[in-house]
Amino acid sequence: MDGSPATWVGQSIERVEDATLLSGRGRYIDDLGTRPGTLHAAILRSSHAHAAIEAIEVAAARALPGVAAVLTGTDLAAITTPLVASVRAPIEARAMATDRVRYVGEPVAVVVAADRYIAEDALDLIEVTYRPRLAVVDPEAALAPAAPVLHDGLGGNLASERAFTYGDPDAAFAQAPHRISITSRYPRNTGSPIETYGVIAEYDPHEDAFDVLANFQGPFSIHAVVARALAVPGNRLRLRMPPDSGGSFGVKQGVAPYVVLIAAAARLVGRPVKWIEDRLEHLAASVAATNRVTTLSAAVDRDGRVLALDWDQLEDCGAYLRAPEPATLYRMHGNMTGAYAIRHVKIRNRVVLTNKTPTGLVRGFGGPQVYYPLERLMQRIAVELGLDPIDIIRRNLIPAETFPYRTATGALYDSGDYAHALDIALRDGGYQALCEKRDHARAEGRLYGIGIAAVVEPSVSNMGYITTVLTAAERRKAGPKNGAQANATVSLDPLGAVTVQVASVPQGQGHRTVLAQVIADVFGLRPIDIRVITDLDTAKDAWSIASGNYSSRFAPAVAGAAKLAAEKLRARLARIAASQLNTLADDLVFAGGKITSRCNPGLVLPFNRIAATSHWAPGTMPDDVGQAIRETVFWTPPELTAPTEADEVNSSLCHGFILDFCGVEIDRITGKARIDKYVTMHDCGTILHPGMVDGQIRGGFAQGLGAAVFEELAYGDDGAFIAGSFADYLLPTATEVPRIDILHIATPSPFTPLGAKGVGEGNCMSTPVCLANAVADALGVAAIDLPLTPAKLAALARGDEAPPPAGIASTKAAKPGDRTLRGAGETTVAASPETLWAMLLDPDILAGLIPGSHGVRKLSDTRFQATVTLGIGPVKGKYRADVSLADLTPPREATLTGAITGGLGSGDGRGCVTLTPDGAGTAIAYTYEVAVGGKIASIGDRLLDGATKIIIGQFFAALARKAGGSKPTSSRFARLRAWLRIGR
Amino acid sequence: MTLLNQKQKHRVSFTLNGVPVEIEVAPRTLLTDALRHGLGATGTHVGCEHGVCGACTIQINGAPARACLTLAVQVEGCVVRTVEGLAPAPDQDGQYRLSILQAAFRRHHALQCGFCTAGILMSLDAFLRETPLPSVEAITEVIGGHLCRCTGYAPIIDAAMEAAAELRGDAKHV
Repeated sequence: MDGSPATWVGQSIERVEDATLLSGRGRYIDDLGTRPGTLHAAILRSSHAHAAIEAIEVAAARALPGVAAVLTGTDLAAITTPLVASVRAPIEARAMATDRVRYVGEPVAVVVAADRYIAEDALDLIEVTYRPRLAVVDPEAALAPAAPVLHDGLGGNLASERAFTYGDPDAAFAQAPHRISITSRYPRNTGSPIETYGVIAEYDPHEDAFDVLANFQGPFSIHAVVARALAVPGNRLRLRMPPDSGGSFGVKQGVAPYVVLIAAAARLVGRPVKWIEDRLEHLAASVAATNRVTTLSAAVDRDGRVLALDWDQLEDCGAYLRAPEPATLYRMHGNMTGAYAIRHVKIRNRVVLTNKTPTGLVRGFGGPQVYYPLERLMQRIAVELGLDPIDIIRRNLIPAETFPYRTATGALYDSGDYAHALDIALRDGGYQALCEKRDHARAEGRLYGIGIAAVVEPSVSNMGYITTVLTAAERRKAGPKNGAQANATVSLDPLGAVTVQVASVPQGQGHRTVLAQVIADVFGLRPIDIRVITDLDTAKDAWSIASGNYSSRFAPAVAGAAKLAAEKLRARLARIAASQLNTLADDLVFAGGKITSRCNPGLVLPFNRIAATSHWAPGTMPDDVGQAIRETVFWTPPELTAPTEADEVNSSLCHGFILDFCGVEIDRITGKARIDKYVTMHDCGTILHPGMVDGQIRGGFAQGLGAAVFEELAYGDDGAFIAGSFADYLLPTATEVPRIDILHIATPSPFTPLGAKGVGEGNCMSTPVCLANAVADALGVAAIDLPLTPAKLAALARGDEAPPPAGIASTKAAKPGDRTLRGAGETTVAASPETLWAMLLDPDILAGLIPGSHGVRKLSDTRFQATVTLGIGPVKGKYRADVSLADLTPPREATLTGAITGGLGSGDGRGCVTLTPDGAGTAIAYTYEVAVGGKIASIGDRLLDGATKIIIGQFFAALARKAGGSKPTSSRFARLRAWLRIGR
Repeated sequence: MTLLNQKQKHRVSFTLNGVPVEIEVAPRTLLTDALRHGLGATGTHVGCEHGVCGACTIQINGAPARACLTLAVQVEGCVVRTVEGLAPAPDQDGQYRLSILQAAFRRHHALQCGFCTAGILMSLDAFLRETPLPSVEAITEVIGGHLCRCTGYAPIIDAAMEAAAELRGDAKHV
């Protein structure tokens, strides 16, 4: 034999993708060539969270050599329609703003130019006049009667509200001895793949057809949304995806509005247009997971059994409801009782709009937002009843003998043995030893806690779940929408080689390897013999609106469909071989690259020869075999039915189980949480490739850890986005991610062809709350929200910080979200106060002193106007500064007030300068306060504060040099200088 | 030092993976753009353009550098190495091979989407040359200069440690 294992499925073989990727030969979107004449786009984005657009002045940008066009929302609106949403509401979402912006980062204009450098130059020349409106950022505040309204037609900011009752929760709450509640505020975060969005589009006016290449991931229901927005039938939007994608985690669903934007731009300029998103754009305006405020109550009996749940969920979808939202809120609808047998459930779901980036798919999709309050609540039940948290979980778990188990809210859990998984996890994960370690640490006075989380991980979404947002009457009117579909095509070429094509659009998971394993097993070949193509072309390949890479559907659905397609083809090949060997098809075995008779092993044919027969000798096909060249299978699981009249919905086909526990120690002084041990037990059904499954678990854990401890898409109270760089939005690095212990059991799914379930998202659901439970246990606190930053934990560990000693000014912000930068400094200059005074009032001298100055104009004796170019971190732009002098006491003291405005943001400030004779020279002392907004504010306090100090320091250093030399200014911020680029 | 004119393109000559190359660039052209779009060396990726993610890491005169924070004109006369230069030449049968480090990555599933991988390989390649007997902590620190969103890093650390051993001759993976 050839040394092949009994089955290739289940082996951790090396990935077919890797050699190419490791040698730099990957084909990601920005690695592919473009047609000659392709133009490059750059997008001007709103610096305001909420403002009316009064005017957009584009003439200067248009006049820049190399610029082909500057397009505004009005230009785009002439050839596009709004993006349709899942909820019928007067919310008009477009690919580019027309008369109003509703979040920082919303596209306002797009420049199309000969290259990206020129396009970005032109962005600086566009002047937008905004009339700012009050912004609302907090979802609860957005519901207040006096809150600023985002969409006037909606009347308020509530976009959807539904109430559900399953069983008799009121009776259960009335009878239960305990009602235990928790409120959580789940923050915003995102998947942040290392490759950003990319779109290359062109338009053929003669055929009225778009050809678009984008690193889109699906779901392909969005293809319909994009085609409608571009006002063409679906067959005139050819959407292709590159062979490789640099990660997605759900996020690349959100490239869809940019497909509309760039495709429309290509149509308007009559040339192909390419756009690659930059990191600042991606963090500010790609896709965020929803932030959610949840109050969850449980009716609990004396033993800790949960009799009923009462959910109140307030979902924040940002500034627009963009398809498929509000799906994040409904994806888990069948799973609202988690891993527990709870029969009575009440749910109120509200969707609110705020001045933040619209939300969309992010790994875990709705799971983290549900399991955070649910598993925090289970921990609270244990604490409040004085019971062991493991006992609380065990008593409530769904019993193994009840599978397939129908949950109160309608999900049909396919298989599982949760209690067994728990037992094995505790035994093999060393739970007892961990408890002893905690007790020992506590005896020494250390802050050590244990967290546990039990999670059911849904996969293969039912497209119908989103219609649960409609009432039963509305659903009747709209007609049924339900199910899931996966497809695969297996073909044979004239040399008998096998090719597989799927509409799965992998984003790095290794689907091509697993498909090669699955198909190799069916045909008795080696994975290396199978060629798998996963880059999709909607004009030529088999797909459906359920296609794509989402809801962990590859292993359960796509790989299964490929198996079915190959089996159909194999059955035909067996007929052909049987007729040549004069035996029965059932007698033939496909193994080792051969087709052999079981009864008479001497009867044998090479696989290739039979596989090629249909090409070379189609006339010799046995009757009714037809062709044996290509087989496409569309697979639809019958279990995914539409929501019932009572709003029960089987929101997903498969349900894996996860039991995590961990030990965390918190440093009393720094507040840093150290993960001492983390155990994660998974039951994802049949495992197709153990190495990849563990890879998904480790990757999901790292993202869950990021969400728990480091990452937040943070906004100021005014809607300024303040996490726009990787120095502000912190992804965990190798030094922060601990090793974890991964355990498995397998209860195969009876609903999928291979018995596999999804596994990619689970730890994004379980890890944040497991860590939070450990921190709550360590600190003995009831209420704790993410992210668990050291500052937050230090405050909880030791109480509020003591006030600074007398004489030291507090540097704390006046209020949370305050974007005011404050500072003070002094320097000594070898010139008299009179000399310096004269210099400070001379526009020509000032022009030479102000960092990045392009010139200073004196408007009056006390008013100056300057144009400056400043670069801070990744944000570089041109600004106009208007400065007024007041309270002049020549030559001793002056107060400066001013405003700075530019395409990248704005600021208002005030400063005071005093000149005091000091020997032969002058001591200059200054204080300042600057409030910043817009894109510039998104780079975060740390950089901005340091950069402001450096810029002001540079001004006075230049003044000192000009006036005759001085000591150099402090180099305290030298490490930040690399971030600072002044002038051109 | 040559004074560069921002309105003009300038000819830059350097060695890329052992081959002399020449390219005309504006003074502000980033090295990433020159390599990728000018010379077609697309293996070096751009993840953040502000020096944090490390995807664009290459070697300039043997030292790791962020290509996104380097201007193309800065590598005049330099020896530049990118991920395309890591693997040994194809063997006599024309069979393409991977370097010891690359092969260890493949064995350990130390990559998923592969977008960040080139930068990590370049950092580790430079580090292992100078530090043949690294500690796990030191390797973790080096990888800590890169962002990977797929793997959770553990397999990358394992691959690097195994490659270090193999490069020292302590272990040969079969």
